[in-house]
Amino acid sequence: MTDIALPTRQDRERPAGPLPQSRRGLPRWLVGAVFPVAAIVLWESGARAGVISSRLIPPPSEIASTIADLAAAGELLGHLLSTTGRVLAGFALGAMVGTVLGAATGVSSRFGALFDPSLQALRNIPSIAWTPLFILWFGIFETSKVLMIALGVFFPVYLTFSGAIASVDRKLVEVGRVHGLSRAGLIRRILFPASLPTYVIGLRNGLGLGWMFVVAAEFLGASRGLGYLLVDGQQTGRPAVIIAAIVLFAVLGKFTDRLLTGVGTRFTRWQDGFAGRAGA
Amino acid sequence: MIHLRDVAKRFPNGLLAVSDVDLTVEASEIVAVIGPSGCGKSTVLRLIAGLETATAGTVEVAGHQVVGPDRSVGLVFQEPRLMPWLTVAQNVAFGLEDRDRKRAVVNEAIERVGLGPFSHCLPKELSGGMAQRTAIARALVTKPPVLLLDEPFSSLDAFTRVDLQDHLLDVWDWYRPTTFLVTHDIDEALTLADRVVVFGGTPGVVRAELTLDLPRPRDRTARDFHVLQDRARAELGSSRVGA
Repeated sequence: MTDIALPTRQDRERPAGPLPQSRRGLPRWLVGAVFPVAAIVLWESGARAGVISSRLIPPPSEIASTIADLAAAGELLGHLLSTTGRVLAGFALGAMVGTVLGAATGVSSRFGALFDPSLQALRNIPSIAWTPLFILWFGIFETSKVLMIALGVFFPVYLTFSGAIASVDRKLVEVGRVHGLSRAGLIRRILFPASLPTYVIGLRNGLGLGWMFVVAAEFLGASRGLGYLLVDGQQTGRPAVIIAAIVLFAVLGKFTDRLLTGVGTRFTRWQDGFAGRAGA
Repeated sequence: MIHLRDVAKRFPNGLLAVSDVDLTVEASEIVAVIGPSGCGKSTVLRLIAGLETATAGTVEVAGHQVVGPDRSVGLVFQEPRLMPWLTVAQNVAFGLEDRDRKRAVVNEAIERVGLGPFSHCLPKELSGGMAQRTAIARALVTKPPVLLLDEPFSSLDAFTRVDLQDHLLDVWDWYRPTTFLVTHDIDEALTLADRVVVFGGTPGVVRAELTLDLPRPRDRTARDFHVLQDRARAELGSSRVGA
């Protein structure tokens, strides 16, 4: 053995000079996990030490075991599927109508003059206020729930898409005119692609509201779903069930949003904005 | 090729941008219009492009009255105005319809402006000069008989500008389109044009015309070039006083 220190593997792989800022230290996802992990650890140890009343605020371990029990009893999948199914159905419907009407009012000023004022007026009604009426009209089962969610999804999608189209750079539209594009060509080749990034944001907002509205819908009479779990947990005095449902909402919401941004980024990679990290 | 007779343009807000404009550009001629900003020279270009409608007089391109944008006219704006979601090749192909011939035609135009290796780049990956070359290729891909350039190099740095001016002449040599160039850069006009039209006043009117019989490419440092610079400056100066 000699005293000469051989270069380690790390040394060789490291490029010369200082590392770029983003490479230094912990990876991004790990930095983001610091706070939640710390909170969970404090919460758990606080409950075990008796500082936190675990009857009202059950520790994370109990919530995890509640979720495991629900899964073992075969209940969990049913709850997840019915809630997710409602959100997806409502989202599909609301986003579709929002897209069509948003496109129409954004593209055609005449159509916009006709419909936009009415839609803006309706928008000012808190959508949940429609719930009793929807239940009277469509019954207490799936139809009214899906329609409630669709209503919640509709407005952000409609407003964002319509606004995005209306604010497409006039200079690009002029390029279309110079190249003799028809109205349909202008819409397809300039207006839609240019408003796509904003449209994706509208869809994400819509999806977020969809998850909000599914809770409201499931509060008002459901025999399955995460919203039902919330009510059930309250009525049977089991806060662990309530928090378990909240956690599952968070996971599902994040997951679907991630899916949507994943698809969205594929189509908006051309954007030249401040880093690509505004999303997710 | 381009004929303007007694043309005037008054905007809806009452502003009279240009009046009594008589202007002719012969086939394959390069005519540059210079003048201070706000003299209506861009308005004249937009009238020829069919983006604005004259309120008096007639504007004709290739024997037809201009009623709107036409595919026989290619236009390069001050900014590249590329579609940010399309690659260089897709941007160049933007004005084409004939799907079968697309690739070959697009490639030829891209090669002409020297962007062959960059045809798959997005606009955000291009320098200002490269973006403007792409815009030139897009305007010329259909080989329109008329090419309009609206201060095409004014937002570029001095080096790139001179470079692109020389480059434009190479591209022009491809099929020698009738070219109408609006600029506020005297040297640019003198480097490129067969004829320089000096614009001035409010509303803008034609103040003077200089015919340049120097062969191209022109040496910007040659004595003859300096003589022309002085004449053009004198005309521009008098146009300002006249206003």
